[in-house]
Amino acid sequence: MKELICIVCPKGCRLKVDEENGFKVTGNSCPRGAEYGKNEISDPRRTVTSTVRISGSHLKRCPVRTSSPIPKNMMFELMDALNSVELHSPVKRGEVVIENVLGTGSDVIVTRDM
Amino acid sequence: MKYELIVIGGGPAGLAAAVSAYQNGLRRIAIIERDLQAGGILNQCIHNGFGLHRFHEELSGPEYAGRFIDMLPGTSIQLFTDTMGLEITKDKRVHCVSAKQGYQVYEAESIVLAMGCRERTRGAIGIPGDRPSGVFTAGAAQRYLNIEGYMVGRRVLILGSGDIGLIMARRMTLEGAKVLACVEVMPYSCGLSRNIAQCLNDFDIPLYLSHTVTDIRMKNGRLSGCTVSRVDEKRMPVPGTEMDFDCDTLLLSVGLIPENELTRSAGIEIDRRTNGPVVHENMETQMEGVFACGNVVHVHDLVDYVSAESERAGRAAAQYVLNGEASGECITLRNGACVSYTVPQLIRPDNVEKAAEVFFRVNRIFSASRVSVYSNDQLIAQYKREHMAPGEMERIQLPKALLDKADGEITVACEEA
Amino acid sequence: MYDVAIVGCGVIGAAAAYYLSMYDLKILVLEKENDIAMGATRANSAIIHAGYDPEPGTLMARLNVRGCEMAKDLCYKLSVPYRQCGSLVLAFSAAEDETVKMLYDRGVQNGVKGMMILTAEEVHEMEPQVSDQVTSALYAPSAGIVNPWEYALAFAEVAVLNGVELYRNSEVTDIRKTEKGFEINAGKNTFESRFVINSAGVDSAFVHEMVADRSFTVKPSKGSYYLMDKCECARANHVLFQCPSEKGKGVLVSPTVHGNLIVGPDAEPSKDMHRVNTTAASLSYVKSAAAKSVPGIDYRNAIRNFAGMRANTDQSDFVIGFAAPGFLDLAGIKSPGLTSAPAIGEEAVKLLKEAGLELVPKVSPVQTRKKLRFKELSEDEKCAAIAKNPLYGRVICRCETITEGEIVDAIRSPIPPVSVDGIKRRAGTGMGRCQGGFCGPRVLEILARELEIDPKQVLKDQAGSYILADETKTGGMRV
Repeated sequence: MKELICIVCPKGCRLKVDEENGFKVTGNSCPRGAEYGKNEISDPRRTVTSTVRISGSHLKRCPVRTSSPIPKNMMFELMDALNSVELHSPVKRGEVVIENVLGTGSDVIVTRDM
Repeated sequence: MKYELIVIGGGPAGLAAAVSAYQNGLRRIAIIERDLQAGGILNQCIHNGFGLHRFHEELSGPEYAGRFIDMLPGTSIQLFTDTMGLEITKDKRVHCVSAKQGYQVYEAESIVLAMGCRERTRGAIGIPGDRPSGVFTAGAAQRYLNIEGYMVGRRVLILGSGDIGLIMARRMTLEGAKVLACVEVMPYSCGLSRNIAQCLNDFDIPLYLSHTVTDIRMKNGRLSGCTVSRVDEKRMPVPGTEMDFDCDTLLLSVGLIPENELTRSAGIEIDRRTNGPVVHENMETQMEGVFACGNVVHVHDLVDYVSAESERAGRAAAQYVLNGEASGECITLRNGACVSYTVPQLIRPDNVEKAAEVFFRVNRIFSASRVSVYSNDQLIAQYKREHMAPGEMERIQLPKALLDKADGEITVACEEA
Repeated sequence: MYDVAIVGCGVIGAAAAYYLSMYDLKILVLEKENDIAMGATRANSAIIHAGYDPEPGTLMARLNVRGCEMAKDLCYKLSVPYRQCGSLVLAFSAAEDETVKMLYDRGVQNGVKGMMILTAEEVHEMEPQVSDQVTSALYAPSAGIVNPWEYALAFAEVAVLNGVELYRNSEVTDIRKTEKGFEINAGKNTFESRFVINSAGVDSAFVHEMVADRSFTVKPSKGSYYLMDKCECARANHVLFQCPSEKGKGVLVSPTVHGNLIVGPDAEPSKDMHRVNTTAASLSYVKSAAAKSVPGIDYRNAIRNFAGMRANTDQSDFVIGFAAPGFLDLAGIKSPGLTSAPAIGEEAVKLLKEAGLELVPKVSPVQTRKKLRFKELSEDEKCAAIAKNPLYGRVICRCETITEGEIVDAIRSPIPPVSVDGIKRRAGTGMGRCQGGFCGPRVLEILARELEIDPKQVLKDQAGSYILADETKTGGMRV
């Protein structure tokens, strides 16, 4: 039995995941929590937010995030991938910066119109 | 030019209030925003986790703000950016200044205060020691990192487990800094549990509860180390428990304080518990036609609640301008056992449609517990809770029928189940 | 060859430079820090003392009373924030009532004007928040409060405009007597000067001993303070002293020219004269001692704590005089040094003249300084200021309402600041309740832009106090 704090919403439910019983989750208050509990044991993932360089705007950094959670152990690799990106203003919220980043199936997207 | 509504502040609270006032019939609306763009502090909160209640999806701060900013075109709301509100007078004149427009005095029929909050500083909590560079509030470091693109240090200690501090622990770690520890004076964390999990635990950053920074040292003008001590029940450092941290940066995430300089300039009553104005059920302050919403009233945990509260304020401002003053008997809300404040502080039952929403915070951790509502020592309602913590805002709905039964005052208290 | 070299640019060195700059002289000022007023001038009680404290007949007594008289006109002329708010010395016992009478008599002998001894009722009428334990008080209406670093900056800026050469980051490491005067090593340079003024504060004994035998020893004494939010300002309308005792002058509670309340200092003999840290013990002492005067101060409204170092010596009086021919000490300038500063400056001119320095008045020296403080302007003046320079319309420091125009003025002033705190001392940014949390990043940006430097080079304060460590997204390495 593994105990976890659910991170899918601000409520922070205290989950119990039973690895021996098909990752049965208790303590959750919504289906998303059950899914998180299961995944957190078998394939933990995180949404990563960061910035990339941008030119032509009054600011020098543009905020970005992964469009969906990526494997937790790839967070730093993703950060390295963002190091070499430079955007040019104008960019729109939702615009894809890197498609299928590191083969994760997730895109890196812009989160602010700049 | 006389506006029907002037909103001070173009962050999430001000934007939601202005849009809601427009949707409820006002047309001459101005937002006064000190930054170059609207969005407020959300623009630097680039992490995700916003909007689950409001939009049923997880957005970053700029995305959440962007959705409200996108509502402005097509309305007649005027947004004055790079403009600072200097003073509000009793006759609802707003004095403001900007590089473009110069010094302006705008007249308003109603005003919404949405100036947000600021961070508590080293001085406010009185940490002794040297005065080096390298001590930052977490929000200032966040601005440098997320907006300007600079790291404020390489070896970081964080004092306070408020959400901004936790978020910065993760951000700085991802950007290559070593975050040595997070230190919290209370015996529990002040941030959301999920931020402890995903910002500290994910990166093996230790959290020291019941500890605080007791000395700050300097070398060549820059922070060179901090002493951390355990504290007793009275939050006094225990001699002999000192630990030294070899760090070049100390981030402070030790609380937020509503920014009410303008509120005070208008002579509006401030509640010492919240440090924000005393408000009614419709977010109207003690000054007729002046409303307040968001972190200027009380510090919220989730921006989703800020938006909801601000829409209430915007709607009420519209009703005030179009239909006149709200009236009726007034119930005073008091905080009972283990409750540190309530918002609103005043409810006019005649002005409540179905139910009044009351926000409050508890002053300690609760597991299975009850929120009890009394009027003159008579229990009139009770709500169950599985878990409550000071870091999280609680809310209850008081149905109109219940308010009609209340006799002049209502007390909200919490107790173990 | 300079006529006069001044070692140390605190308020004393600056005042000496100011008065000397009214004459046709070649003057050099050497400051070891990257800005002026970085020692005792920067961290003190900011009081203009009336002059009843010093022993009659001493230099201190004469210069204090004279300095107090000069303050009002000078601050007006130099656009230095000053307010003649008066002071009270509070007595809490029959013995202290006697002390109050003794101070009154001393004040009369020293030439202090307008003093009165007040009853407890009169004190409470003037100061409703003073402890009800008060038994009597000495009221001195000529006392006041001032912005100490602006006082020093004003002197030094005018001096620079009059041609005085100021070298910062120039610690004096050696002074040698030569035939014509002195040879001085400072920083990487060597200077020659006929006369030398030693106004090196806590380092003055060290500088003195470069040319003369030891005649005094600096006994540095650290004092810690709380600075309170403006919402606490109603606690005191006057400077509220306690009766001096063997332990020292006691803890004061006073308004500041910025509208805050200052509480302190204690007196702690210090081993390291350059370390001005506060400690839990010193701060807690200040709180409990101040409670004797004003019990209601709410320290949840503290916005800052800090400490300063007094340049006390083993001498009871100021050390003012020639240590060697041509080498003038203005040393051991402890309290009331800030008050006495302009009088000491005048005194220095007089002493140098007596020692043979020829004084030819300049034809039209700069004597005044103008400074635009946006928040103090009327509505019409604000409009006019913005029309002239739109940057006065952009508020950068929200707590203190300081505009970008004022920050740029500071950067272009005769002694340009090189740090965020340098801007703070000139323009007042970051002085308020958020302590630079909001405006710090913007001030940094403006400083980098105006000085055309990389933002990473911007300092918080002294050399080495960098603010930004690394730029992100440069493809760099992880630490």
